[in-house]
Amino acid sequence: MTDLSQPFDIAVIGGGNAALCAAITAAETGARVLILESAPKTYRGGNSRHTRNFRCKHDAPMSPLTDSYGEDEYFDDLMLVTKGITDEALARLTIRSSEECLPWMEAHGVRFQPSLSGTLSLSRTNAFFLGGGKALVNAYYNTAQDLGVQVAYEAEVLHVHLDGDHITELRVLYEGREQTVTARAFVLASGGFQADLEWLARAWGPAAKNFLIRGTPYNRGVVLRDMIDQGAETVGDPTQCHAVAIDGRAPKYDGGIVTRLDCVPFSIVVNRDGERFYDEGEDVWPKRYAIWGRLVAGQPDQVGYSVIDHKSIDLFMPSVFPPVKADTIPELAGKLGLEPEALTRTVETFNAACQEGTFFPTEKDGLSTRGLNIPKTNWARPIDTPPFYGYQLRPGVTFTYLGLKVDHSAQVQGVDGPIHNLWAAGEIMAGSILGQGYLAGFGMTIGTVFGRIAGKEAAAHVA
Amino acid sequence: MSLDVTTPPTLPTAFDEARRQMEICNACRYCEGYCSVFPAMTRQKAFADGDLTQMANLCHNCRGCYYACQYTEPHEFALNVPAALGAVRQESWERLIRPRAVARLMQSHGVALVGVLVASVAAIIWVMATFAPASGDGFYAYMAHATMVAVFVPAFIAPLAIIALAIRAYWREVGGGQVGLRHLWQACLDAGQLRNLSGGQGQGCNFEKGDRPSDRRRLWHQAVMWGFLLCFAATSSATIMHYVLGLEAPYPLVSIPKLLGVPGGLMMVVGAGGLVHLKLRADPALGVPRVWGGEMAFVLLLGFVAASGLILYALTGTGAVRAVLALHLASVLALFVLMPYSKMVHGFFRFTALVAEAVGKERAEKAG
Repeated sequence: MTDLSQPFDIAVIGGGNAALCAAITAAETGARVLILESAPKTYRGGNSRHTRNFRCKHDAPMSPLTDSYGEDEYFDDLMLVTKGITDEALARLTIRSSEECLPWMEAHGVRFQPSLSGTLSLSRTNAFFLGGGKALVNAYYNTAQDLGVQVAYEAEVLHVHLDGDHITELRVLYEGREQTVTARAFVLASGGFQADLEWLARAWGPAAKNFLIRGTPYNRGVVLRDMIDQGAETVGDPTQCHAVAIDGRAPKYDGGIVTRLDCVPFSIVVNRDGERFYDEGEDVWPKRYAIWGRLVAGQPDQVGYSVIDHKSIDLFMPSVFPPVKADTIPELAGKLGLEPEALTRTVETFNAACQEGTFFPTEKDGLSTRGLNIPKTNWARPIDTPPFYGYQLRPGVTFTYLGLKVDHSAQVQGVDGPIHNLWAAGEIMAGSILGQGYLAGFGMTIGTVFGRIAGKEAAAHVA
Repeated sequence: MSLDVTTPPTLPTAFDEARRQMEICNACRYCEGYCSVFPAMTRQKAFADGDLTQMANLCHNCRGCYYACQYTEPHEFALNVPAALGAVRQESWERLIRPRAVARLMQSHGVALVGVLVASVAAIIWVMATFAPASGDGFYAYMAHATMVAVFVPAFIAPLAIIALAIRAYWREVGGGQVGLRHLWQACLDAGQLRNLSGGQGQGCNFEKGDRPSDRRRLWHQAVMWGFLLCFAATSSATIMHYVLGLEAPYPLVSIPKLLGVPGGLMMVVGAGGLVHLKLRADPALGVPRVWGGEMAFVLLLGFVAASGLILYALTGTGAVRAVLALHLASVLALFVLMPYSKMVHGFFRFTALVAEAVGKERAEKAG
C-alpha cells in the first residue's frame, strides 16, 4: 500500500497512457511523483488498455510505419472526421509532436509490430503496439516504477481543491477512508465520463440505459464534474459521445475490440420492426463504422439487426460471438425476436431492388439497389442463399467529447485565467482537438503528446 | 466463422476451452507479433481439433500474450491462452503416445520418474553384477562394451519407435501435408534460435518476472538443448571411432568425444539449474499445473545425467568410478526409456509443429 500522507511534488490523477506519459516525463527530472489510479491493478490503464495503435506523422519510413504521412495530410484527415470542430493550433501541435513521440515511446519500453492482418490500410498512418494497449500500459508502469514513481491503485479522487488560481490538495478515497494528498503540481488524466450511465442519460435521455460501454467502467468523470463545478473552462459538446454499433451480446463494460461487427456493408440492417433505416453501403466500413452507433441509438429500443446470407459470411473479421443462423428468413426472424412477415417483406423488397453487376468487397463497387426509398448504394446483393445469419447491434460508447479546455502547455483554464499548478492530458481534454468524430489511433496521440507536455510543465513548476 | 465445428461427446474439454479462447483471440489479434501461434490462428475462421492441437504444440508458453491481454480474469472472457493451449498440448502428448496410461502417469508425477530412475539403478547394478567382464579398460572394466550396447541400443531405439508412431498420428491429426527440405530447414532455424520464445523481438518471454520481459528462459533452454546435442554428438562420434576407426574408449581430453561432451555436459548442468530456478519463480497457473512435478523431475534428471557424466570423468582412475558409473548409466537409461513419457517428448512434437507451420504458412501464401 502506498503512503499518501508523504509530500509529493506532483500528483497525477488517472492511470492510463496520458497519466503515465506525464508521470514518466516528470519523474525523469527527479520529481517525486504519485499516480492515483481508481481501478484495481488488474484493470489499470483506463481505455488505453483497449487501444492498439498510435497515429503518427512521419516524413519517411519509421519503425513499423511505411512511406510518409505529412502534417497537412494528417490535418486534412482530422478535418474530415471533425468537420472542422477542432482547435487548429492545438491540432497541429499534436500532429507535429507525434513524430518525436514514437522514438520516445520505444525508449520507454513500448514495442511496435507491423500492421495487424486485416488492417493493411493503416500501415502507413498508424503504428501498432506489440500486444496492444495493455502491453504498452504494462511497459510504462514498469518504466515508472524504475524511476521511483509511486502508484496507488483503487484510489478514487473525490475532490480537487481549487483555492483561487491554484490547487492545494486532493481528497482521495483510498483503503476505505478519505485521505488528503498534498502536492505542488497536479496533472488531470482521468478520462471522460462515458461509464457514468446516469450522466449519459441526462444528455441522451433514458435511451442511454441501453448503451454498452466499450471501455473501462472506471471513467466516471468524477474529477471532470468536480472541475466543472468549480468553474473550469470546458470544451466539447456535453451531450455527445462517440458510439459505434457493436454486437448486442457484448458485456456492459470493457468488451473492447472483439465486440465490433464489420458485416454491415454486406448486410441489410433492420430495426425492431423489421425495417431498414439507413444506406448500409454508403462507404467503405472504416469510413462509416462510427456513424452506426448513433444510427442504432436513434431506433426504437436502441437495437438493430444485421442480416447476411451465406455469400457474405467470410468477407469480414470473425466476431467474438457466433451469429444467429437459420435456413430460412422467417426462421431467422423468429430466432432474432423479429416479426417473420416483416423481415420477409423487407428482404423480398430489397432483393427485388438489387441489380446485376460486379461485386467487389474491398472498395466501393457501385452495386446499388434501384427504386428503394432507402437505397443501398454499394455491395447490394440479394440475400437469398441459405444459411442466413443475423447479428444484434447495440450502440457501444467509446468516449465522450466534453472536456477541460487547455492551452498549448496543457494548462487548465479556470474562471479567471489559467490555474497555475494544474495541467490536463488525454481524454479529459481531447475535446479541445477532437470535437466530433474519431480518427483511429488519434486518442493515443493526444494522450502521449499532452501527457508529455503536462509532465514537463508540472516538473518545471516544481523544479 | 465457427459455425460447423461439431464436437463429439467423447473429446476432452481442453479442446472446447481452447476453441472458446481462440475465437475471442481471432476477433482481436493484438498479439500477432509475439510468436507463430497467432498468425497461424488468423489463417482460419473456425478451429477444428487438429488446428488446436497444432497451435498448442506451436505455443512455446512464452506468456507474452497473457500479460498483454485485455480479457484475462477478472474479465468475464477469462482468457488464459498459455494455460488453455498448454492443456491441449499436454493432452495431445498423452493421447498420441502409447500406452496412454503410462504417458499420463509419467507426465504428471515426478515421483514416477524417480521410480523409473531407481529401477534403472537396480537394473544397471544387476547387469554389472551378472555380466561382470573378465577384463577391460576404463569403464569397460565394470561393464563390457558389448553389454552396454545390448542394454542401451534397445533402450534407445524402442522409445524412438514409439515417438515415431505418435508423430505420424500427430501429422494426420493436424493435416500436415507435403514436407519439403525448405520446411525442415525453416523448422531447424526456428528451433535452433527458439524464435518463438523470443517475444517476437528478442526481448524475451514473460515467464519468471510477470509482465516484465526476460530472455533468461531462452538462454537456459538454449544451454540445455545445445548441450544435449553436443553430448549426443560426442556419443555418436565415439561410436564411429569405436566401430569405424577401431579407437576404443577411454579417450583423452583432446579428442572429439571429450571436446564435444565436456562443454556439452557443463552447458546442460548450468542450463538445467537455470531452468529449475526460473520454474520456481514462474506462475504455475499459466502452464499446466498438474504436470508441474513431472516437468521439474525431468529437468532435474537432465541435469543429473550431465552432472554424473562430468563427475565420472573427473573421478577417472579412482575407486569411486564403479558406483558413479552405475548412477550415470542408470540416469541415461532412465532418460532414454522416458523419452516418450516425459517432457523430453516436447522436442519431437514442437519440431513437428514448426515443420507443419512452415508448410501451412507457405500454403496460405500461395493461396494468397
